[in-house]
Amino acid sequence: MEQVLFRHNRPGRVVTFKEYCDEGGFNALRKAISEMTPNEVQQAVIDSGLRGRGGAGFSTGRKWSFVPRDLPGPRWLICNCDEMEPGTYKDRVLLEHNPYSLIEGITLACYALGVRHAFIFIRRGYEKAANNLARGLMEAKEAGLLGQHILTSEFSVDIDLHLSAGRYICGEETALINALEGKRPNPRSKPPFPATKGLWGGPTVVNNVETLANVPAIIAKGPGWFKGLARNAEGAGMKLFCVSGAVQNRVCVELPIGTPLREIIDGPCGGMKPGTKFKACIPGGASTQFLTPEHLDVPMDYDTVAKVGSRLGSGAIIIFEEGCCLVAATLNLITFFARESCGWCTPCREGLPFVKEVLTRIEAGGGEERDIEILREHVKYLNYTFCALAPGAMAPLDGLLRHFEAELREHIVQHKCPFK
Amino acid sequence: MIPEQLRKSLEARVAHAFSAREAAVDVMKDLQFHYGWLTDEAVGEAAEILGLSRLQVEELATFYEMIYRRPVGNKMIHICDSISCWNAGYEKILDHLKARLGVEVGGTTADGQFTLVPCCCMGRCGDGPLISIGSTIYDHLTPELVDQALEIERLSGTAAPDHKGQA
Repeated sequence: MEQVLFRHNRPGRVVTFKEYCDEGGFNALRKAISEMTPNEVQQAVIDSGLRGRGGAGFSTGRKWSFVPRDLPGPRWLICNCDEMEPGTYKDRVLLEHNPYSLIEGITLACYALGVRHAFIFIRRGYEKAANNLARGLMEAKEAGLLGQHILTSEFSVDIDLHLSAGRYICGEETALINALEGKRPNPRSKPPFPATKGLWGGPTVVNNVETLANVPAIIAKGPGWFKGLARNAEGAGMKLFCVSGAVQNRVCVELPIGTPLREIIDGPCGGMKPGTKFKACIPGGASTQFLTPEHLDVPMDYDTVAKVGSRLGSGAIIIFEEGCCLVAATLNLITFFARESCGWCTPCREGLPFVKEVLTRIEAGGGEERDIEILREHVKYLNYTFCALAPGAMAPLDGLLRHFEAELREHIVQHKCPFK
Repeated sequence: MIPEQLRKSLEARVAHAFSAREAAVDVMKDLQFHYGWLTDEAVGEAAEILGLSRLQVEELATFYEMIYRRPVGNKMIHICDSISCWNAGYEKILDHLKARLGVEVGGTTADGQFTLVPCCCMGRCGDGPLISIGSTIYDHLTPELVDQALEIERLSGTAAPDHKGQA
């Protein structure tokens, strides 16, 4: 199968700069600088249908188009490599194999946006990825593909690495901007949106690693080619899916957008773990709603997954088997979100620990019928916050209430966890 | 007091930044590496180097998972307790670690060698359950492999720079 992001991968090691270049690497940058205007690059990304791979799924080219080009002062690009959504490890796998597609993608984005200085914000614990990037940046600079007068043109870009010290909220784009500025990383109230007022008050674009790493192929081979890679007519391009949980092989694979869930499980994952049966999964990282066996044939694309009440998110699929208690699973997820809440907005800071308490009680056999209504209410309260991570924190609970209310009630009626 | 060489390198880091406080996390990490944890003295030194008040540094120091405002052991043991590791059975590994080390979560071993803390997703969800000791990741764990990992880390002695990026 055609690979875009994993095309340059070598088993067990990082691709070298020379190998990447020999396989056509940095040709997209050459093409853009010599043949295309910045607007044409942006238009190609819009036409390709590329959508944000970090979780929100917004059109990347349109996001770029919101940046005003006529304001005085610098504009900024930030690559979000704060991959801390539980279940998600695709950006790490990509960067441990190949830092160059990202470097080339960032450079192309900077060309389109007129950005002179970009940052890569890397989470803690990704030292290998950071080392690959640091070396890659040096190699690109030495080859005249980064820094002053790229390929002897008038276009110049520098890229800096920022190594974080660990906190889930830093992945929220306005919190990330505060973190980069050296402020306490609470999200900012929007509007203004970063596109007009972001890093140090300047227009700023924040894009995920996988999103930016797709840009070189779009420019090299054209938006039509990229769009056509998807399995479904509305989809565009390929997607990295990283799978964990009750499957035979827990793998990170690149597959066409629109590949049905069943094919991912039965194909690269080698099916369910021997002796287990699929009960549910979380399709796009911790902050997405459960899917059930009736959803196994849903094409994994943004709108198709949204239509069945969940989100494609980051493409992190977490599989649960029959016999696994989803109240306990939801409790684990809520515990994570309660701990990682930045504490700024009351519904999130106070609501998540409260929900955790209620779920703990239910799981321990002390639940009451009215608890179900209490949980249902709290799903709504978390919408009244600055950032989208708070409603995201409630997504698993929302899914539990919609698909597994009977299981929740069983805990209450039996005064114990029915799976123990 | 920090050595002159460290002060110079921190000042160089600040000079490279667009605004001084942009370097705050790097400065805190380096000071923590020097002291073993971010001491009150280190907070004062960071404030001075960054041109911030102590309170502003405190505000940052208490936010991040990898900055320690209390004394910790020679090496940090982080155990991922997020959903994929939960699904892979991290709780058994945690119980085993607590028993072997004779500490509760957040505790430091009597010999000052290890501090055990849970942490959020390490981005290795296909390889759980897993822990990091210092800067080394140990994955696909069983209780036997935990024992081996502890043995290796005890023998290798001095602290690994888990809180200092090597990039």
